[in-house]
Amino acid sequence: MTTTVVPAGAAAPAGPGQPEKVPVSAGRRQHRAGTAIGLGTAIIYLSLIVLIPLAAVVWKGAGRGPGFFWDAITTPEAKSTLLLTVGASMLVAVLNLVLGTLIAWVLVRDSFPGKTIVDTLIDLPFALPTIVAGLVLLTLYGPKSPLGINLAYQRSGVVVALLFVTLPFVVRTVQPVLLELDRDMEQAAASLGAGPWLTFRRIILPNLLPAMISGTALAFARAIAEYGSTVLISGNIPFKTQVASVQIVSQIESDNMAGAAAVATVLLVVALVVLLTLDLIQRWGARRG
Amino acid sequence: MAKYALRAVALGYLMFLLVIPTGLIFWKTFSAGIGPFFEALTSPSALHAFQVTLIVAVWAVVLNTIFGVGTALLLVRRQFPGKRVLNLLVDLPVAVSPVVVGLALILVYGAFSPAGAALAKVGIQIIFSLPGMVLATVFVSLPLVVRAIAPVLEELGTDQEQAALTLGANPIQTFVRITLPGIRWALGYGIVLCLARSLGEYGAVAVVSGRIVDQTQTLTLFVEERFTNFEEGQAYAASVALALIAVVSLLLTKLLRPKEDR
Repeated sequence: MTTTVVPAGAAAPAGPGQPEKVPVSAGRRQHRAGTAIGLGTAIIYLSLIVLIPLAAVVWKGAGRGPGFFWDAITTPEAKSTLLLTVGASMLVAVLNLVLGTLIAWVLVRDSFPGKTIVDTLIDLPFALPTIVAGLVLLTLYGPKSPLGINLAYQRSGVVVALLFVTLPFVVRTVQPVLLELDRDMEQAAASLGAGPWLTFRRIILPNLLPAMISGTALAFARAIAEYGSTVLISGNIPFKTQVASVQIVSQIESDNMAGAAAVATVLLVVALVVLLTLDLIQRWGARRG
Repeated sequence: MAKYALRAVALGYLMFLLVIPTGLIFWKTFSAGIGPFFEALTSPSALHAFQVTLIVAVWAVVLNTIFGVGTALLLVRRQFPGKRVLNLLVDLPVAVSPVVVGLALILVYGAFSPAGAALAKVGIQIIFSLPGMVLATVFVSLPLVVRAIAPVLEELGTDQEQAALTLGANPIQTFVRITLPGIRWALGYGIVLCLARSLGEYGAVAVVSGRIVDQTQTLTLFVEERFTNFEEGQAYAASVALALIAVVSLLLTKLLRPKEDR
C-alpha cells in the first residue's frame, strides 16, 4: 500500500517502487539477495576496520566505570592537554570563521590577476601530508626562521599549525553559497538606502550563516583530532604545548593503553557530537533554503 | 577602498600561512641544485620507504574502491532498513583522529588482544607490520570513494539501467556497460583523492607501524625520523617529493571534479 505513495525526494529516482517495474519475479528475488549480500559485506568490512576497533577504544577507556574514566581524564597531564586542545581548537575555529568567510568573499566577489591560482591553492592543506605541513611551518616559523619569528615549542606554534590544516573548511563551504546568492536582494537593499555594512549584516550574513557554522564546526573537529602537523612544532612539552593526540601517542608508547583510551574516548565523543550537530545544521539550512 | 583592504588581508594571510612556507622548503631543497635532491631520495632507506608507501597505498585504494562502489550502489540504488545509520557510519572515519585510529587497531589486533593472539598463532602479524598499516590507511580514506560517486549515481538515475535489464542484460553486464561509464569521472576523482590521502597518511600509520626503520617506515615516517635525527636535507627532499605528489593529485582532482557541464 505504501508503494503507491510517490516518494518526496523526486530528484532521487531510486525509490522503493522502482524494482517492481521489472516483470520477472526471479529478477526481484535476485535483486533482494544482491542487496542482502552487498549489505552484509559492507557491514563486515565496516565492523572489522571501524566499528569493533572504535568500540574497543571506548571499552578500554570507559569500560571500568565512570569513576575510573573521570580519574583518567582528570590527571593533571590529561586535563591540561584536553584544555589546551579544546582552547586552541576553539580559537582556530573562530579565526577560520572570520578569515575563511573573508577569503571566500574575496574569491567570489573580487577579481584580480592570479585568482584561479589562489583558488586552487586553498585546497593545498588537504592534499599536503600533515607531517610535511608541520615541517613546512617549522621552516618559516621555527628556530632557523628567516623572518626571525620562532614559534617552535610555543602554543602559538600549535595554533598556526592548526590554522594551516583547517584553512579550506570554511572557505569551501561558504564559497558555493556565496556564488549562488542572488544579487537582487543586495541591490534592493542598496537602492532603499542601506549602506554596505547594513546590507552585509541584514541580507548576506543570514544567507551565509548555515554554511559558515558548518565550515567552522568541521574546522573545529579537525583541529581537535589533528596530530601530524602539530607533532614537530609543538615539541611535545607536557603542560605547555602537548595537544591531546600527541599525548595519546606518548601514552601508547609508554604502554599506558587505558590512559590513552580514556583521552581518545573524549576525542571520539567530541567528534560524534560535531557530526550530529552538522547533520542538524544541514537540515536547518535546507529548511531555510 | 574596502575592497582592496579585504583583498590585502586575504592574500596576506594566505601568503604567510601557505605560500611562503611551502615555497621555502622547495627553495631550501633545490638551492644546492637538483643533485642532492635525487641523492637523498635514492638512498636505500628512502627507496625502501617509497616501496612501503606504495604497497600500503595501493592495497588501501583497491580495497576502498571495491567497498566504495558497492556501498555507493547500496546507498543510492537499494532500499533497506538502517540506511541512515550506514550513511552516518561511512562518514565517521573523517571525524576520528588518526591517532585514535591507530590506538583502536592496536587494541583489537595487537599481540595482547584475543584476536591478535589468535592470528599470531597462525603466523599472521597485523600490528607493527604491513597488514596493520593497510588497515589504518583504509580506515582514514574510507569515505572518499563512496562520497565521490554517490551523488553522480543519484543524478544518473535508473532509466538506462532499467532499459538494459528489460532488454535482457544481466546485472553484471548492466553495471559494466551502463553504470560504470556513467560514473567513470567521479570514480577517477574518488580514486585520486583516496590515493593522495593514502600516500600522505602519517598519524595512524605512525602508531600501528612501530616506526621500524627499513621495515615499516613509509615516506611520511621517513620525513619525521630524518628531521628528528638532524638529517634535514633528507627530510626536506622527501617532503618535497610528497608535496609534488600532493600538487599533482590536486591538479588531477581539479580536472576530474564532477561539473554540471560534463
